[in-house]
Amino acid sequence: MKKLMVTASPHVKSGDTVTGIMLDVIIALIPALIAAIRIFGPRALLVVVVSVASCVLTEYISRKIMKRENTIGDLSAVVTGILLAYNLPANIPLWMVVFGAVAAIAVVKQMFGGLGQNFVNPAITGRIVLLVSFSTAMTTFPAPLAWTGSTDALTTATPLAALSQIDLGGDIAAQMASASLPTLPQLFFGFIGGSLGEVCTVALLIGGLYLWARRVISPAIPLSFIGTVALIMLIASKGNLTFMLYELMSGGLILGAVFMATDYATGPVSRSGKILFGIGCGILTAVIRLFSNLPEGVSYAIMIMNIVTPLIDKITTPKPFGYVKEKKQKEAA
Amino acid sequence: MKIKLPEGVRKPAARARGGVAVPHKKGTADSPVRRIEPPAQVVIPMLQHIGAPCEPLVKVGDTVKAGQKIGDTAAFLSAPVHASVSGVVKAVAPVVTVGGRRIVSVTIENDGKMEYDPENRPPHIQNREDFLHAVRESGLVGLGGAGFPAHAKLRFPEGAKVDTLIVNAAECEPYLTTDYRECIENSWDIIGGIYSLLEFFDFQQVIIAVEDNKPEAIEVLNRIASSKQDIGDKIQLMALKSKYPQGAEKVMIQTVTGRRVGPGKLPSDVGCVVMNVGSVAFLARYLKTGRPLISRTITCAGSAIREPANLRVPVGIPASAVIDACGGFSEEPYKLVVGGPMMGFALYDAAVPLTKQNNALLAFAGNEMAIKKERACIRCGRCAAVCPMNLSPVFFAEKLKKSRDALELQKLGAMVCMECGSCSYVCPAGKPLVQNMREAKELVRGLENK
Repeated sequence: MKKLMVTASPHVKSGDTVTGIMLDVIIALIPALIAAIRIFGPRALLVVVVSVASCVLTEYISRKIMKRENTIGDLSAVVTGILLAYNLPANIPLWMVVFGAVAAIAVVKQMFGGLGQNFVNPAITGRIVLLVSFSTAMTTFPAPLAWTGSTDALTTATPLAALSQIDLGGDIAAQMASASLPTLPQLFFGFIGGSLGEVCTVALLIGGLYLWARRVISPAIPLSFIGTVALIMLIASKGNLTFMLYELMSGGLILGAVFMATDYATGPVSRSGKILFGIGCGILTAVIRLFSNLPEGVSYAIMIMNIVTPLIDKITTPKPFGYVKEKKQKEAA
Repeated sequence: MKIKLPEGVRKPAARARGGVAVPHKKGTADSPVRRIEPPAQVVIPMLQHIGAPCEPLVKVGDTVKAGQKIGDTAAFLSAPVHASVSGVVKAVAPVVTVGGRRIVSVTIENDGKMEYDPENRPPHIQNREDFLHAVRESGLVGLGGAGFPAHAKLRFPEGAKVDTLIVNAAECEPYLTTDYRECIENSWDIIGGIYSLLEFFDFQQVIIAVEDNKPEAIEVLNRIASSKQDIGDKIQLMALKSKYPQGAEKVMIQTVTGRRVGPGKLPSDVGCVVMNVGSVAFLARYLKTGRPLISRTITCAGSAIREPANLRVPVGIPASAVIDACGGFSEEPYKLVVGGPMMGFALYDAAVPLTKQNNALLAFAGNEMAIKKERACIRCGRCAAVCPMNLSPVFFAEKLKKSRDALELQKLGAMVCMECGSCSYVCPAGKPLVQNMREAKELVRGLENK
């Protein structure tokens, strides 16, 4: 008989793998990609391809330089590449995409130890780096369907920019009627200005449902994040439901809440921690949108909560099975 | 799978936390227990239980009878060991046992006569003390795998009010079908064992807990239990959800009664005692015949076994003899495991003797046991989600990498871990999380022994 394999228990393992999880995320992102190509044309696809290629190549080269094992097979760099692209305007110069990808992978991810070790989300940080470096290019959005030649305008403002002009002290409904805002169906299906992957709410929700059904993500973070923003916007607009819906469906809220705030490495582990994290993201997003001079706050909110994650983990570590607080123990005795 | 439960079968009182849906692979469920020819030689380790090892009572050259006590100790947490065949003692020396430890063992050359020790008589029992003494003398240890001495389990601490006996027939580990066969083939022994326990202990309820993927066992036991109306409906069947590790003691107590055994607590603290179904059935047979625990049923299965089966084997049989009794290997084995695939021990060598504790011998061909490629932890939290003890193995792994502070590991609840393997099973990064937990426990033990 040949030598027997001896390992510690358990001797069977489930079929789940890191690569499989990443593949699920990629699949979940496909509806939004299809929507982006329909809305912004082939240029959107080009941005995604360049972003993914730069992320994967950067990962490969950084690992090589650091003399570490090649990890592009885990597909996490592909996910980062897609998410980074989704956070960019479809008409962004391609060299900027490469710049953002290098920042995301080389600096944010690999310099901190690679997959699972980064303390902030690479795609979000990549977007923030680009936003502060090239603010004009990052905030000039192509008009939906402009690539087909069916509209005169080549660029457009995002609905969020228009919303931020509204004086919440005055008559909100009247101001919204006079502002040049897209209709709610246009918002839902993504025919609005914005980053290429964030516009189509329905595609993002389909992706989110897929991830939930595959048990890749739990609904804790998306629901608490979006719910908190909804609640604050309702209060701020004194109960104006339409205003709240516009806030939820414009900008990067759905993309951020479903795909980026749920990043495992930079979020809390326990359920209560996740809910706390989501609420924190929601409050920060709403505060930035309502009170700062930035129209959008989702990326900053998630990045700040990423940094707070170790603290959240610490205060939300679950107690072992059957644990009774010392005080209660004394009472019982 | 939705199963219609027979009349009177109870549903669980609470839902278990965490757990994993392991593939059942119980291909031997319909294989009746077959007795096998005792091997030419048995090797009987002096430690076949949790606790202190026994001292050998025989020396080389002695003639022994089957059922003769050949090892015992004065230590409380222990159980005596008995010769499983008649013959001549060939050696008394340390031998590598399941789990890798070297334990002093008595090697007996089988004379093929299977002469029983005339001392093996049904015990005279007047009271609980006599009963506990008899249980000890029977050599009974928990047959579910952990091997906790039965008499020690039944000697409740002073003042403990134990009102519930749980007969554990969950058998949640994949492949294992010995408890299931016990339910089907020896149902009356199970009820008999419960009756004798009821005679000496004041249990208010006895619950036989079976996973709901064993409807035939539930049906048979329920029919017998409900036919015994002389003690009212004290004995009840409960169908539990099939989810690993349903059969773990704390999980079992919680799902059956809703009571939680906290860190450092015993089942008796919440008024429960859990016994394996095979142990209870053995008790009935022992009280009738006085024949100690010298054989047991074992499932021999796995992809590399030619004819998987349930066998009744003498204690101390070499693993290789069990495999031979199952037609040998169908292909080159990659791994041999004693016990279930989730908590069992991998063997270095097929010559290792099997003991009272061992409920399965599994042989796997390479392909299905392929080791998952180890990748970086992505903090997905699945290990924490499946932990039945509500621990977060990911935090243990992080602590072990950084501070290794025993106090912090203790606070996280290291000692609560029962090493069920659920975390390692689900980990998509293929991390050895159970080994991390063992390491953490070692560090905490060092702290506690200071």
